[in-house]
Formats: sequence, C-alpha cells, structure tokens
Amino acid sequence: MRTFVLKRILQAIPILFGISIIAFAIIQLPPGDYLTTYVNNLRSQGDVISDEQVKALEEQYGLNQPLYLQYWKWITNFVRGEMGQSFYWNKPVRSLIGERIALSMLVSLFALVLTYAIAIPIGLISATRQYSFADNLFTVLAFIGVGLPSFLVALVLMYFGNRYLGLSAGGLFSIEYMDAPWSLGRVLDLLKHMILPALIIGISGTAGTIRVMRATTLDELSRPYVEAARARGLREMVAVLRYPVRVALNPIMSTIGWQLPALVSGETLVSMVLGLPTCGPLLYTALITQDMYLAASFIMILSTLTVAGTLLSDILLAWIDPRIRFGGIQ
Amino acid sequence: MEVPASSPQNTPPSAPPMQAQEDQLIAESGARSIRLLSHRQLVLMRFRKNRLALIGLATLILLYLMAIFCEFIAPYDPNRRFQGNVHAPPTRLHLRTPEGAWSMPFFYRVERKTDPSTFERVYAEDTRQRYSLRLFVRGDPYEMWGLIPLDVHLFGSSDPSVPLFLMGADAMGRDLLSRIVYGSRISLSIGLVGVCTSLLIGLILGGVSGYYGGMVDDIVQRLIELIRSIPTVPLWMGLAAALPPSWPQLRVYLGITIILSFVGWTTLARVIRGKFLALREEDYVLAALQAGAQPFFVIREHLLPSFMSYILVHLTLAIPGMIIGETGLSFLGLGLVAPTISWGVLLKDAQKVQEVALHPWILIPAIFVLITVMAFNFFGDGLRDAADPYSQRT
Repeated sequence: MRTFVLKRILQAIPILFGISIIAFAIIQLPPGDYLTTYVNNLRSQGDVISDEQVKALEEQYGLNQPLYLQYWKWITNFVRGEMGQSFYWNKPVRSLIGERIALSMLVSLFALVLTYAIAIPIGLISATRQYSFADNLFTVLAFIGVGLPSFLVALVLMYFGNRYLGLSAGGLFSIEYMDAPWSLGRVLDLLKHMILPALIIGISGTAGTIRVMRATTLDELSRPYVEAARARGLREMVAVLRYPVRVALNPIMSTIGWQLPALVSGETLVSMVLGLPTCGPLLYTALITQDMYLAASFIMILSTLTVAGTLLSDILLAWIDPRIRFGGIQ
Repeated sequence: MEVPASSPQNTPPSAPPMQAQEDQLIAESGARSIRLLSHRQLVLMRFRKNRLALIGLATLILLYLMAIFCEFIAPYDPNRRFQGNVHAPPTRLHLRTPEGAWSMPFFYRVERKTDPSTFERVYAEDTRQRYSLRLFVRGDPYEMWGLIPLDVHLFGSSDPSVPLFLMGADAMGRDLLSRIVYGSRISLSIGLVGVCTSLLIGLILGGVSGYYGGMVDDIVQRLIELIRSIPTVPLWMGLAAALPPSWPQLRVYLGITIILSFVGWTTLARVIRGKFLALREEDYVLAALQAGAQPFFVIREHLLPSFMSYILVHLTLAIPGMIIGETGLSFLGLGLVAPTISWGVLLKDAQKVQEVALHPWILIPAIFVLITVMAFNFFGDGLRDAADPYSQRT
C-alpha cells in the first residue's frame, strides 16, 4: 500500500510541473502584458507617461526579465505560498484568492455529494423496477440531463426564479451576512444558497451516474449468486443491498476522480451566470485585464486541487479494492 | 453420486438448447426461405428500430438544412434594424378571425405604449388591419452562399412596412429569428470543424502511440493525462482570452475550433490507441502481415474499416460538447464577438437577469442549443447501439 501511494504521488509531480508551464504559457500568449494595457489606458485618458516611467514600472513588476526567469520566479514563490501581486487589484494574489477558492471547492464538493445522494438511489430504483413507470421516467430525464449545458440551465432557472418566485437570485450570502464574520447563521445561510447552484452544476454528473448505476446493478442482479441468495430465503432488500449494490458501486466510486475537473469547469461557468463570489468571475476579469499572476495562480490552484482530488480518490479506491493496489486493474 | 460419463461437463451448458433453437429456426424458415443480411443491413435495421435516434437524425437534418440555406430561410437581413421596434415581442400569429372563421395565418401590427402610471412598456395589437404570412415573399436582397444574388425568402410579411418578428426583436430592433437562423451556420459548423481537427490530431498521436508503443506511447499518454487534469472551462477561458481582439472574424473562428480541439483530441486519441492496440494482435491482421501485405495496406483494408464505426460514434458524441463550448465562450464574451452571429453571441444579451425578465424571448437561442445538443446525443446513442448489431443491448 505504501509503495502504491508513493508511486502515485511521484507520478503527480511531473503532471503538476506540466500544468504550471501551461498555466504560465496561457498568460504569456496574448500580445503585450498588463503594463501595456495599463499604460495605453492611461494615455488614452490624456495622461502623459514618459518611456522612462514605463521602464521603471517594468522594472518594478519584473516584466523586463526573460520569460524563463519570470516563470522561475513565479513558480518558486508559488510553491512557498507567495503568489505575487495582482496588478489590477493592487493586492497580494493570496488575499484575493483564498476565500474564493475555498467557496469554489465547497460548492463543487457539495455538488458531488448531491450528485451521488440523488443518483445512486434513483439508479437502484430504476434497476430493481426495470421498465416500470418510474424507470422510464428517470431514463428519459437522465437522457435529457446528460446533454444539458449547466450554464444554460442556470440562465433559465434564474429567469423562472425571478419571474415566479421573486428571487433576486445569485450570490452565496444574504445581504445581512454578506460581509459578516463567520457564525452558525452565516454557515446555514451559505448552505441554503448553495443548494441550487450545486444542483445545477451536478445535473450532467447526476444523469450520467444514474445510467451507470442502473446498468451495473442490472448486470449484477442477473448473476446466479443473487438468485442463490433469494433461494436461501434472504429478504429481497438484503439480497439486493448486501452484495450486488456493493459491486455495482465500484465503477462509480472509481470515477470520482474524473468527475472533479468537470465539476470545477461547470462551477466556473455557472458561478458567472449566478454571480457567485467564487473563482469564475475573478478568473474572468483577471484573464481580460491580463492580470497574469492572478490568472496563472487561479488556473494553477484549481488544477492542483483537481490533481490532488484525483490522487486522493485513487488512494481511497486502492485502500478499498486490493485488486487495484496490486496492479490487477488499471 | 456417480456422475455419468456422458455428462456435458466440458461443453458450454447452453450448447444443446442453442443447437435446438437453430434447428427449429432452420425448420421454420424452410417455408419462408432464409435471408442473409450483411453487416451494414444489420446496422441499418437496428438503427431504424431506435425511434429516438431517428427523431434525432431528422432534427439534425432540418437544423443543418437551416444552416445551409440560412439566407433563404431567414425572413430578414440579420443586421437590418427596424426603427421603433427595439425589443419588440414575438408577433402572435392568428388562425381565426375575430368573427371566429378559420383563416390562413395572419397577424396585426403591434404598437408599443408606455403605461402612464407604472411606466411599463405595453404592447397592443392594432386589430384594424390584418397582415398575412406569405410564403416566398420578396424582401431584403442577399447573395446565396455569397454567389447568387436573390431576394426571395421562404416566408415573410405581406406588407414590407409591417415587420413580422416570429421570435421577437433584440435591443437594436433586429429580427431575432433571422439572427438565430444565420447564427446556426457558425454554431453548427464549429462542432464539425472542431471534431475534424480533433480527429486529425487524435488519429496522428493516438495512431503513433498505439503503433510504436514504448517511449512514444508513454509520452503521449502523459501528455493526455496532463491536459485532462486541468479543468476544461478555465483552460478554454485562458486560451480564448489569448486570442487578440484585433483578429478578423474568420481567424477567431479557427482559433476557437483549435482551442476546443486542444482538449477534444485527448478522448479520441485514447479510443484510437486502444482500438489500434487491440486490433494489432487480431488473427486476421497477423495473417495479412504474414501473407506479405504492406502495413499501409493492412491499416487501410483491415484496421480502418473495423474501427471506423467506433470513431464515428465518438465523433458524433463529441460534437455537442464543442457546440456547448463555443456557446459558453461566446456567451462570456471570450469567443466570437459581434458583428459575428452565433448562438453564443446572441445569448450574450441574456447575461443579465433583469434583461431576461423584461424580454424573455432573448433566451430563445438557448432552446436551439438544447435541441441541437439533445438531437446529437440521441443520434449518437442510436449509432453506438447500432454499430454493434450482435450485442444484446436494447
């Protein structure tokens, strides 16, 4: 087990290194940098800025150094937890990102939990009552859900919420808790506001999981051992829940790691539509204004957390299933 | 208890009933005559049975016809502004006259007034004069595919001075239906172009990876893992933000397809590599090689036909993701921007809830996106089931 964990962690390092290069490269791709945008803006407003001043600013931000040096400076500081200064907000990146990343992850994880909490029982009902009305209904719903782009669902729900329920929609906190310190009330308020976004983000994952759960349970239910269990007089509930469900859950658990990038992706778009104070909107402005350290750090942290999540789910899985630990199943 | 020597321990238990079934089938068919179906016929037969897939296919054909003939189908020039019709609501078509008689579809001129007490906009039909919906009317001139100058539209208002907005008008008084129809050309083609680019990269890298194996395979696999571990939307956003705003429309369009393919190729490469690895060891491939066939001949004659159907299915199912990707990016203002017309660009107007609450019809492009995505999914699922006509899945 220890060698397995060590091996997986070692494998993650080159991936993280690759991600850091991609994240940095993305920021360097657009022509010019934050400073050119900034100076152009000032000049268009009629300010006079001499070339010397521009040079001095470049010096100050380290933008005149060769790229590899800039990268090296950024990544070494990043590993130490120093993410540089946001040009646009004129604040350390860390202070801007902190709570937003936490909220993003919270919403994504909440979506993950909701996904499983909804999908597994429904998949099970569908499988045990195959071709019943409920099964057909859920199959159609799942079919539709897989294809729905979450941000469009968010848009439509916002409209209906606004039209018929009078919700001002959006945000993660009520006004009275907006800038309040953390308290039990604030946590409950947050939870209340998180349900809808989490549901929207989880739609396609839920739909997909329902279908997988239904298929694998059906496969298991037709095995002889289930018949044998029934023949021995086990109650139906026990005969289904004790063994077949455990086997059927395996492929679902093993893909938790794959759900994460999709959830984070969905969260980014949905939070922009719903105006949640998470990563999406800030990443967007950072990209538009070429606020390079902020944008690169966002992409880097989101990816790192995704890799870490995948790693964690792999290790958990190996812990549960010895076949994976010993390299039997890829 | 002693087991009889003749007990069928080693033969599959299902063999005798299978045999009996076949015998019975042959006996029965003596009257009718046996029909042999080719693989293609089996696939077609299976596909035709899937009603959802057929509906999906029909919807897609209609949508793509709309995209191909958009100049003719759109009632107006998508950039024509109708003065005094800013945010005009969808025109209501009537089939019955106030006297209760059935009639061909007709409509009334809509007048906008401001409610003196609430300052809300109210729209009232002016029922004095009826205008009818006519087919093949002459209207805004256009050039079909940029080649043939024409001015006939599929349908339109009987009176050119009274516009017909079946899906309302936007903030500049432009006909939303015409814009949606024109937008379909970009939104629907971007998926196809993106998938082709992904297929090209996927075929090359996946093929190389599966063919050479070893180091090359390892590098390609790590690269795929790397790209897939970055959340797609932030990655897309980052890449799209890098497209210079000064680029001409066509180049931005190509840029977006390349960005969408940047992630899309990874799934295809995995599928192709897996198929390549599995088929390389098949007896008939080894036999062909033994018989002295050239590798290229083997790939073309044996490998490609046997996994083309799988690739086709994967391509079909990859298209909706690309369409959603373009819509999402343009919706955020990171992808295509006005004056280019795509469904995502149109939806950009719907970013603010307040706007949507006042003019809900600006959400109509979203319905088109949803229909397209669902049609592709149903069609792709049907293809997947049909591609393997011997499986027992129903």
